[in-house]
Amino acid sequence: MIEQHLLLKRVDFIFVQDTDWEKILQKSIHRSRQELINELISSELKGRGGAGFPTGLKWKLTSEVQGNEKYVICNADEGEPGTFKDREILTRVPYKVLTAMAVCGYIVGASNGIIYLRGEYQFLEKPLNEAINEFSYFCKKINLDFTIKVFMGSGAYICGEETALFESLEGKRGEPRNKPPYPSVNGYRNKPTVINNVETLAHTYTIFKYGAKKFYDLGVQYSRGSKLFSVSGDTPKPGIYELELGMSLQDFVEEFGDGDTKAVQVGGASGFLVPRKKFSETAIGYQGKLIGISLPTGGSMMLFNSSRSMYNLLDNYLEFFREESCGQCTPCRIGCQQLLAGIKAVKKGDRPAPYLDKLLKLSETMQFTAKCGLGQSVANSFASIVENFREEMIY
Amino acid sequence: MSETIHITINGIPVEVEENTVILDAAKRINVVIPTLCYHQDICVAGNCRVCLVEVTGQKRLAAACATPCEEGMDILTNSLKVRNCRKHIIELLLSEHHSDCTKCYKNGKCELQFLASEYKIMTQDFIELYDEKVHTIDNFSPSIVKDDSKCIRCQRCVRTCEELQGVNALSVAYKGHRMKISTFYEKSMNEVVCTNCGQCVNRCPTGALVEKNYIEEVWEAISNPDLHVVVQTAPAVRVGLGEELGYPAGNRVTGKMVSALKRLGFDAVLDTDFTADLTILEEGSELLHRLKRALLDKESNVPLPMATSCSPGWIKYIEHMYPEYLPNLSTCKSPQQMFGALLKTYYAKVRNIDPKKIVSVSVMPCTAKKFEAARPEMHGSGYRDVDYVLTTRELAIMIKQAGINFAQLEEMEFDRLMGESTGAAVIFGVTGGVTEAALRTVYEIVTGREIPFKNLVVLPIRGMEGVRMSSVKIENPLEEWKFLEGVELNYAVAHGLTNAKKAMDQIKNGSASFHFLEVMACPGGCLGGGGQPIPTNFEIRKKRAAAIYAEDLGKPIRKSHENPEVIKIYKDFLGQPLGELSHKLLHTSYQTRERS
Amino acid sequence: MDSLHNRIIALADLHGRTRESLLPILQGVVEYENYLSQRSMVEISRELDLPAAEVFGTATFYSFLEHRKMGKFTIRVCKTISCSMMGKNQIILAIKDMLKIDIGQTTQDGRFSLVETNCLGWCHKAPAMVINHEVYTELTPEKVREILSDYLKKEL
Repeated sequence: MIEQHLLLKRVDFIFVQDTDWEKILQKSIHRSRQELINELISSELKGRGGAGFPTGLKWKLTSEVQGNEKYVICNADEGEPGTFKDREILTRVPYKVLTAMAVCGYIVGASNGIIYLRGEYQFLEKPLNEAINEFSYFCKKINLDFTIKVFMGSGAYICGEETALFESLEGKRGEPRNKPPYPSVNGYRNKPTVINNVETLAHTYTIFKYGAKKFYDLGVQYSRGSKLFSVSGDTPKPGIYELELGMSLQDFVEEFGDGDTKAVQVGGASGFLVPRKKFSETAIGYQGKLIGISLPTGGSMMLFNSSRSMYNLLDNYLEFFREESCGQCTPCRIGCQQLLAGIKAVKKGDRPAPYLDKLLKLSETMQFTAKCGLGQSVANSFASIVENFREEMIY
Repeated sequence: MSETIHITINGIPVEVEENTVILDAAKRINVVIPTLCYHQDICVAGNCRVCLVEVTGQKRLAAACATPCEEGMDILTNSLKVRNCRKHIIELLLSEHHSDCTKCYKNGKCELQFLASEYKIMTQDFIELYDEKVHTIDNFSPSIVKDDSKCIRCQRCVRTCEELQGVNALSVAYKGHRMKISTFYEKSMNEVVCTNCGQCVNRCPTGALVEKNYIEEVWEAISNPDLHVVVQTAPAVRVGLGEELGYPAGNRVTGKMVSALKRLGFDAVLDTDFTADLTILEEGSELLHRLKRALLDKESNVPLPMATSCSPGWIKYIEHMYPEYLPNLSTCKSPQQMFGALLKTYYAKVRNIDPKKIVSVSVMPCTAKKFEAARPEMHGSGYRDVDYVLTTRELAIMIKQAGINFAQLEEMEFDRLMGESTGAAVIFGVTGGVTEAALRTVYEIVTGREIPFKNLVVLPIRGMEGVRMSSVKIENPLEEWKFLEGVELNYAVAHGLTNAKKAMDQIKNGSASFHFLEVMACPGGCLGGGGQPIPTNFEIRKKRAAAIYAEDLGKPIRKSHENPEVIKIYKDFLGQPLGELSHKLLHTSYQTRERS
Repeated sequence: MDSLHNRIIALADLHGRTRESLLPILQGVVEYENYLSQRSMVEISRELDLPAAEVFGTATFYSFLEHRKMGKFTIRVCKTISCSMMGKNQIILAIKDMLKIDIGQTTQDGRFSLVETNCLGWCHKAPAMVINHEVYTELTPEKVREILSDYLKKEL
């Protein structure tokens, strides 16, 4: 099966220096909008925040909406446990992100960009603003009407959800909105809005610089290009790595594991826990041609060795969700509490082991019924942990 | 031109206009989808997730209240998946909810209980999340009891307080499992901007927000042979009460209500409408007095427009939000409080009863009236003028408790002495009614002629528009009122405090000027009051309004100044409007309050 | 008028008086008084013409906008999975020991408050904490004691 996967390959695009940003920006805004959109679409870049929506299509949709007030928003509310790549991008190559936002603005017809930076990264605000000042100066020089400002979050995981982020920008509680309407038509201030993850924007810079082919040639069908991975947990070399999409988890563990890897959490607390026996049949990428299970990820890869209790892991995640759910919708607010209370009760013997099955059903209901992605995804880690490590939940 | 969308619901084809949500589409073909956080009067939240339906081909279920129909959708409202998920949602809500149903004030009236019953939730597998140790009940307000342990976080109350009332006493606070509905800094409802209007109470699906009830106190008073217990009933009660007792909305049950009150054992059943008529004479005179000062005496600081003061929710609102306009309020007490003050003076004197032994009970469509009655200044008679205020809903409970078969009751008349009223008083219960009643009287006082509208129906002031403005031109006034010759008497009517804010802001920024402003805190006026039957919504308000107008037309006398009992009370007791005794008993003052 | 009042006016002048300015203003007040007092929320609500309950409801949504009185330095120790695995409990113990406070408490002199927080984004350098906005990673009990000693030297 493995031959269907790509071998693990390190690549180096994202952190290649951004000193040529003025050239890239000028070059890009002298191309036609259609040409740029086509370039993006043919690159098959998908959103790197985790959800994997095709970026070219996203920009195209907003560009087609009528209206002279549109926004480009960079989602830097990187809150998924195990993810820390966006911070690194904004620290090391901020101009790539700013340039990408401006090009996006040019394409969709927006003259305002906002970077929503999580409160935990406040130390980045100042250097980012300095970069923005220089960037704005250049924009003026070339008569490009595009301004960018930084908006600070204040400690709320859910604000990474795009519509919750809009609410927060508007000075409200970060509660996700009903969808539809979607941001491309009705986003920040109820205006057409493109909202992209930091890394996604940085990739578009690569695409505008080298052309779509260079990006497209990496990865496999439906999972093109490279991706940043935040590697943490029981690993001798924690850190941030840019890898070609489509590798098998087995290869990944061979590269990053400590020789005793029991399971890997792919995609953070809202992602999936993959046990050792499924490493070889799991690939990292979006659903498609890959054999076996393919798991999308915002880039969080957490490794656990055999000293770790999977019960403690789940307990920790559920505690996290119980606190970070916005609390507005029933399945997420109460569901998270029930899952946590439930596994504790089973562990203590207050509820019989089959109660886990009721909880699995509940997590499925949460997936079907929660208002936003958070509540929907709690089931991912819950089910993958309980199904694969059931005995650890009980004894 | 909106497009037509073709969908099927449970296999039945439906055509709807663009942007119709699934819930409304289902209603067209008589498919009921259960809801909790949805309420017709307020914006869609989509957060309880009870109304979920399956859209074929989609993995996730869609909230019917928030999802617009799209061409070709094939919707299932009762598939196995929907049923299982919906049951889960109800079970979850029950696990968070303090389900002591048999001890709950809303027992039998709770929407969550109803759903649990409908879906036959027979087991409670989930872990009880309600923690008795940490929860407290906010019982400090004389009007509203807030019990967070019963709250299902549907946020209907928050949206009501914000959208309908613009008060924002309630907000959503904290997040995750700690998320709750809270006042500023979790203070008591009695310590914040809450106007006690009770619109939240009227919309709460469970027992989390209820009126503070005085049912037992009233029963006790009735059972005490030494006490003379008198009840007054507000105009809007008679067009709402029936809904609690098996009648469809829009039925007038005045005669049966009087009959039921007598059976309950009240010693006298009287009518707030009597003091509504009296209010018109006092308030009308006050208006003319202010106009005279402004137009004839050319005084500069006459507070105009003069604003009505019958609605205690509105009074508390202006005390919090626009204290600089307190002088604009009419100093007239509300009809309830005028009634209370006269009951323990005039009535006691005429009937020769020791006022100490009189218990003054009122039945109101309103929860704010409970607060009003408890105001320290409402002791004009030397006693607390109104001892207990019951809502329409509480009266219905008492009628049921007493085993009265309401529908079979004969119709009776109010007792006399403060029981006579006119059509002008009845319309106090609907938005615009006070203005209309005032115009019927004021115009006639000034010109000696009836107001020139067919059947005395001042059409321009009727309707459900949030803020309505109009005017009447005074021509050929009587000698005493010559200064009003040719004056366009401008008046405005607002109902619901959000609309009151609109009107006040126009006054404040000078974009509108008028002489008279009527504000009722509740949408639709008192007929849509917080103490009225649940549900109350736009359609129901319209039906109750029609009933009130019909009651007006059916009255032999339809102008306040022609109420024989009103004429008599001035002759025998009060002297004249705005006289000394009036000032002592019928007028009041207001106070500035904090905005937070 | 006193300095808190002036501070709020200045923040409103800087950020504007629309609803969108609420978060930056709340953040600015937290910088100033370490938390959001009841009085500051009332003043902000007046300044922005927002209902006080709305200000309270919005503030309590965000973990960094504390409305309980906090010390000059708020220590937030990450408790999410990587930090938890890598010895968060030992870090907390070291802090508790040194400052004689429990989680959720403030030292008597009002210098430190200790709270736990969710993922700070330093999982590869766990365990991590922030003191106000300063980040400290790859903590050990010794390192924590050193860091806090430096803060003890700072003026209150």
